[in-house]
Amino acid sequence: MSVALTEASSRSGPVVVNDFVVKFANVNGSGSASANGMFAKSILRMGVPVAARNIFPSNIQGLPTWFEVRVTEDGYLGRRGGVDLMVAMNPQTWARDVAEIEPGGYLFHDSTKPLPHSMMREDITILGVPLTAMCNDRYELPRERQLFKNIIYVGALAALLGIDPAVIEQLLAEQFEGRAKLIAANVEALHLGVNYVTENLQPLRLQVRKADKVGDRIFVEGNAAAALGAVYGGATVCAWYPITPSTSLAEAFSGYCEDLRNDPETGKARYAIVQAEDEIASIGIVVGAGWNGCRAFTATSGPGVSLMTEFIGLSYFAEIPAVIFDVQRGGPSTGMPTRTQQADLIGAAYAGHGDTKHPLLLPADPGECFEMGAQAFDLADRLQTTVFVMLDLDIGMNEWLTKPFAWDDKRQLDRGKVLTHDQLEAGVEFGRYLDVDGDGIPYRTYPGVHPTKGGYFTRGTSRNPYARYSEEGAVYVDNMQRLLRKFETAKALIPAPVVTLAKRKTSQGVIYFGSTTPAMHEALELLEADGRHLDALRVRGFPFAQEVDEFIAAHDRVFVIEQNRDGQLRSMLVNEGEIDPGKLVPVLHYDGTPITARFIAGEIAQLMALGQSEAAE
Amino acid sequence: MTYILKPQLHHPKLAANSLGYTRRDYEGSVSTLCAGCGHDSISAAIIQACYELELPPHRIAKLSGIGCSSKTPDYFLGNSHGFNTVHGRMPSVLTGANLANKDLIYLGVSGDGDSASIGLGQFAHAIRRGVNMLYIVENNGVYGLTKGQFSATSDKGSKSKRGVVNHDAGIDLVGMALQLGATYVARSFSGDKEQLTPLIKAGLAHKGAAFIDCISPCVQFNNHNGSTKSFDYVREHNEAVNRMDFITPREPIRADYAPGSTVKVQQHDGSVLSLHKLAELYNPNNRAQALGYLQARGGRGQVVTGLLYIDPDARDLHDGLDTVDTPLNELNAAELSPSVAALEKINASLR
Repeated sequence: MSVALTEASSRSGPVVVNDFVVKFANVNGSGSASANGMFAKSILRMGVPVAARNIFPSNIQGLPTWFEVRVTEDGYLGRRGGVDLMVAMNPQTWARDVAEIEPGGYLFHDSTKPLPHSMMREDITILGVPLTAMCNDRYELPRERQLFKNIIYVGALAALLGIDPAVIEQLLAEQFEGRAKLIAANVEALHLGVNYVTENLQPLRLQVRKADKVGDRIFVEGNAAAALGAVYGGATVCAWYPITPSTSLAEAFSGYCEDLRNDPETGKARYAIVQAEDEIASIGIVVGAGWNGCRAFTATSGPGVSLMTEFIGLSYFAEIPAVIFDVQRGGPSTGMPTRTQQADLIGAAYAGHGDTKHPLLLPADPGECFEMGAQAFDLADRLQTTVFVMLDLDIGMNEWLTKPFAWDDKRQLDRGKVLTHDQLEAGVEFGRYLDVDGDGIPYRTYPGVHPTKGGYFTRGTSRNPYARYSEEGAVYVDNMQRLLRKFETAKALIPAPVVTLAKRKTSQGVIYFGSTTPAMHEALELLEADGRHLDALRVRGFPFAQEVDEFIAAHDRVFVIEQNRDGQLRSMLVNEGEIDPGKLVPVLHYDGTPITARFIAGEIAQLMALGQSEAAE
Repeated sequence: MTYILKPQLHHPKLAANSLGYTRRDYEGSVSTLCAGCGHDSISAAIIQACYELELPPHRIAKLSGIGCSSKTPDYFLGNSHGFNTVHGRMPSVLTGANLANKDLIYLGVSGDGDSASIGLGQFAHAIRRGVNMLYIVENNGVYGLTKGQFSATSDKGSKSKRGVVNHDAGIDLVGMALQLGATYVARSFSGDKEQLTPLIKAGLAHKGAAFIDCISPCVQFNNHNGSTKSFDYVREHNEAVNRMDFITPREPIRADYAPGSTVKVQQHDGSVLSLHKLAELYNPNNRAQALGYLQARGGRGQVVTGLLYIDPDARDLHDGLDTVDTPLNELNAAELSPSVAALEKINASLR
């Protein structure tokens, strides 16, 4: 059927297969999210990669929300920019939604009430389906009318785009497993949409065709992936306070623990989760549990990190393992709580008072959220300090196509330097802050370990290597220098950067990290097609590995791509690496939407052209 | 906080308890508080209580916040792990420590600034969660380390050393603890070791959130005329509702009072609290009555002391979370990391 339709549609221009952007404009609280998600997943099930992003308000019901699905057989998982098919279901945002459509694109809308010509555009194709009328004819209850309207438009879109309705039926069967009535009702609604289009409209130039480009990849949110990483990484204590966009991380941890972590015989919990009274108590609980030998974490966002700062300083100085998942959002202050940014880097890296710095892990996709979510606990125990995993809303709260999670059943937890009862009994010398091995990392003991040996008093005040209070300047300085040695040791433990060399030798480089990654990769291809070659380095952690300095040294100019206003990574590179700031050119995107390939490529092309014209003069 | 360690020499005739520990084994560093400070008397009572309870010192974790009172964990239980945390945040750290290892005994020491001002929220939430701990506030109504500012437990109308009258209402932590669901609530006075020591023993043995508000006069900044937390004032206005003997399951009941005036309360661990009633109508098993009694007596300027409330069969945070019996910090990779097979299932569900 789809082939016949496709031929018919080719009258309006060349058919575009598996490479376009659909955007849904909805009102939040209308039940659209689940239908839109099913639309995205049906394309994945046809073997075609998608990149799906929610753009939602800080609100439960009544405000505009968007869902963008990029259909991309070539696997570009960043945002492209622009919209080929707008599903305009929200009258509030009509004008801006219509304006966003690419010339030659499509506008899908509810045509129950005729709209004046002035609200349309000449250069796009209008697709009207009388959704409200169809629902009112078929359904009695207002809630049914609302929910089934969503499924009807999914059916209509499937017919317009050549998506096999059987795939969506299968997804409905999985979602409502065991509830036959509900499945039947949804399938009926789906076909109301399919049939209307088949009888009344032409299929579009935009078509989905079966492919084999998804492979074994999974489709998952970064927050869920990080939470699962924490489960596999052996976290037992989670203390948290609700804050968008990190809440779903703690909730996913809770869900996975219930499935995977109860004692098989007694059903009792091998974990403890406390929704604390605030972020200060959250990190306090984490620090207490870490002090007492548990792997503990909290999940929060920028405002939470600022509240936790005093404890983070204590963790640094008293050397207590802790893991913080910071799912970054738009700041400062309450900022844009439901929009994405990478603007907590400096705040996290140097959180505290006095001289402090903390390791950061910078995952680029949910697959890395899982890996780093587990690894963070090994690092925190090994380094006896707070380790941050820096997600952002884009990775954390959107489902991304990512490599499947992998684990090794033989993997052990690295609990770091901990003296046992038997070692103490055998007479091993214990000085809590004594650098025995020269790596800056001292040995610790867990409370209750031995009747007469290994006890010590933990404090945030200055002390000697044997944990005894001391205000001696030289003793204090020695300790602060040891903490620097420890940070140096961390460099070798933090995930190494990923370098991608250009096809031709070049003096131009680019540094990027986190959720910018897929858009960056696509931008590099766009630039290359345009004859602009750049080597690329993806930073995966802080302190920066030696390779980062070497990469910068090997290039004349390095663009640093970030999703914040002040170029925070760039500042940290300059600060830590003693690099000439003039060499690092900031490319910054911080309007709260995920960065696009078009933006990066455009900015870099412009800056490079400017450089060339200056050179010519 | 001191670097002066006490000499390790033991008097050869120091009596040892059944574990072989002498009273000296429960001591810590030399106190650096002012001579005559009420807090040192509380430390002495803690040492006495742990010695008499025959607790292995290293199985007690002692935590505190910041302030004069929070310095004291250095002065007792020198072989125990201690944690001098952040101002007002001891309760959260203690909560986390307790989650990590349910087998240790947790002693939280705080002051009125630490718990009633900056830490009021954490105090409240640790109590309402039923964290298994003994939480002692060494309450002197004043900021000692920063030299004499009023604290939030200062009574309305009380006078500072410089003659300033406090016009803010005082916070009664005992009343709050009762309302928040503490399952063991007592008030005592640092100058009354006879009353305080058994209260500490029973509080340590109690399962659940145990709270003792211990009035502890500040000899430097709050022991003058016009203060309601001075030695003289508290002695004159002390209204003890009961006297208690704490009896462990191992020991015979030694003291006995006249029939009719003694109430015996058995706790879940088998220990018995033998309460000699001084206020005839006072019933320590009734939370609502305790609150009413406190308010009525407080209104008359009396400081009610003694065991004010106990629920001998309380549940704690771990019961609520239904955690495994093994301390969480002893679980290994095999018990914590699910299998590859489980992960494959999750992968399959995400396609």
